[in-house]
Amino acid sequence: MNDDTIALRAEGLYKVFGRHADEAVIALHRGTPRDELGAATTAAVIDASFEVRHGEIFVVMGLSGSGKSTLIRMLNGLHGATAGTVEVGGERLTDISPKRLREIRRRRISMVFQHFALLPHRTVIDNVAYGLEIQGVERDERIARARRVTEIVGLQGWEEKHPSELSGGMQQRVGLARALAADTDVLLMDEAFSALDPLIRREMQDQLLELQAELGKTIIFITHDLNEAMYIGDRIAVMRDGRIVQIGSPEDILTNPANDYVEQFVQDVDRTKVLTAESVMRKPRAVVHVGAGPRAALTLMRDEQVAGAYVVSKDRSIVGWVRDRDVFDLVRRGVKDLSSVIQSDHGAVATDTALADLFIPSLEAALPLGVLDSRDRLVGVIPRVTLLAALGGEPEAAVQAAPRPDPMPTAEVDQVLEAAVGAGAAEPKEAL
Amino acid sequence: MDIRIPVGTWIADFFDWVEVAFGWFFEPLRSLFLGLYDAVAWVFGTPPALVVIALVAVGALLARGWRFAIGSALGLLFIVGVDQWDNAVASLSLVLVAAFLAIAAAVPLGIWAARNDRVSKTLKPILDFLQTLPAFVYLPPALALLRIGVAPAVIATFIFAIAPGVRLTELGIRGVDKEVVEAGQAFGAHPRRILRQIQLPLAMPSIMAGVNQVIMLSLSMVVIAAMVGAPGLGQDVVQSISALNVGLGFEAGLSVVVLAILLDRFTASFGKGMGLYSTWRRRRLAQREADEQARFDAEILEVGGPRRSPGGLGG
Repeated sequence: MNDDTIALRAEGLYKVFGRHADEAVIALHRGTPRDELGAATTAAVIDASFEVRHGEIFVVMGLSGSGKSTLIRMLNGLHGATAGTVEVGGERLTDISPKRLREIRRRRISMVFQHFALLPHRTVIDNVAYGLEIQGVERDERIARARRVTEIVGLQGWEEKHPSELSGGMQQRVGLARALAADTDVLLMDEAFSALDPLIRREMQDQLLELQAELGKTIIFITHDLNEAMYIGDRIAVMRDGRIVQIGSPEDILTNPANDYVEQFVQDVDRTKVLTAESVMRKPRAVVHVGAGPRAALTLMRDEQVAGAYVVSKDRSIVGWVRDRDVFDLVRRGVKDLSSVIQSDHGAVATDTALADLFIPSLEAALPLGVLDSRDRLVGVIPRVTLLAALGGEPEAAVQAAPRPDPMPTAEVDQVLEAAVGAGAAEPKEAL
Repeated sequence: MDIRIPVGTWIADFFDWVEVAFGWFFEPLRSLFLGLYDAVAWVFGTPPALVVIALVAVGALLARGWRFAIGSALGLLFIVGVDQWDNAVASLSLVLVAAFLAIAAAVPLGIWAARNDRVSKTLKPILDFLQTLPAFVYLPPALALLRIGVAPAVIATFIFAIAPGVRLTELGIRGVDKEVVEAGQAFGAHPRRILRQIQLPLAMPSIMAGVNQVIMLSLSMVVIAAMVGAPGLGQDVVQSISALNVGLGFEAGLSVVVLAILLDRFTASFGKGMGLYSTWRRRRLAQREADEQARFDAEILEVGGPRRSPGGLGG
């Protein structure tokens, strides 16, 4: 990966508390489990390596005691690393002088805290300006800049209040504004929304995503809430017992869990919000080219045993769909052109549509729901069974799912029933 | 077999050695103590008693309110009434000098202990020792090194009173929310700056409780200090014991109580937001913040996009 695109790189990070830390690192490196290190030694972070790209939201997810809080504090040197290196914007942050470390914290990396960590004896605006004050920005200038950020997070009119006069959500906005005002490239967020009410939390998550899209900061976000991780994370690192067990996109983690632990973990996730059309779609079975004649289309539908097919143009962009009956008529009448029976209400969805938003379109579509890429090309379809299977956590099951058996033609059934009555084979009515 | 640990001899030898090795140090120290004491005694002793009482009452009004002002004036008038004013001024001066020195030493020590576990672990037993050793025991070596008078009383009081100042300062600074300190570090603040802008302001209630304790302990040494020749209320108490003079003893003793209440209430009110001064200060601050807010609201910011409102979050 190109170095310019990396905002932060951690390599072989270890944090061991207690005595004999260095020996513990060597032992851990050799594969000794962390419970066998002895009572006086605690390995909080073991061999953590990852890279965070510019403008990415990288989420570190784990339960309490998994070492995630220690890990994030190593990224700005609040905890020194026992072994390993951290680089922020190409500058090493481990094993440097305290003066140099303060310099890097001022310019490159700021932090938002779980319990806000505002200075209670200062007003909102002075809290927001704190980072700038440390950077040595002159007072009028820093107040002006702090006011701009205060407005961005929606706290205009509250500048001269004290933190204790604000609700939890608003206090965390101040915390966020303080970190944004420092104007560093990298933002560390330590369980930043965990102390908030669920409704406020969702609002803050949305706001964070909005700000991220607007300002393009690199964000490293710690959480124990998998739904939160899945919602805001571009990539997620799952931690357990001090080790990173998997790094991947939310869909990756959900669909290809690295081990039983991750699998168990993701069981409770609301899949419909994380999985997208792209991750569950199948190859379309019958696609008719718009230039193909009705006979070719009908042959294809017969071979594939389908009652209808999507029609695409030369570059595979969608035109509409046709029903087998209409094409059948065309063939009977000897019409050579399909276009008269193509229906344009295909109802196809985009690849990044969340599963939750697929149900209604799927019900409304006559064919398996079509999936289009950004250039309107038909890249896949989602039969309803696939949607159900994905919901159950077994997207693969859909492949084997047999189509529901069609009822026998009514005429034949009537014939057989009548024949049976004629033969006098009486049946007790109750059996019906 | 008769085994005796000659601790007494060792300590006596130690102080003999200190006297020889650091004798040059104790003479200026004595002058310093005497100078400070004379200065404070001059401030309180020179104006007529009623003027001082009026000034104290005004101070009490500013610090706590009118009830405390009336109470302190009545208490001080009582001291004048039982003819203990000069003694009270002498005792007060001694207490203020010793407490001032103790606080000046205790706060930095407490800060150091809060930031360094090893210092904390070393100081703890020393403070325990200083606080539990009977106060009388400090008197002979103090006498030997500083001769009779105010100086040994100051040093004995200093040693006796310093412990809570150190302890409560350390406790206060260690008790500051760890995340807030981390916030200072995370934004790249220098440790000195974190101390000044975050730790000390947030630890202030605890530090002030320490100051209060130091002053109260200093006052409790007034009588003991009289035994090494320090002037003041203690002299009359000691004299009342030898002369079995019940009346004199109570007059001096009650004067000590008045001083104690005054000093306690004064120091306890620091930083608590009571009294006229705090009211003025609060009002001024609120006014300034309101002005500032009005100025902010009046200016139009050139931030793009619609104005977001924090509405619905609850205030």
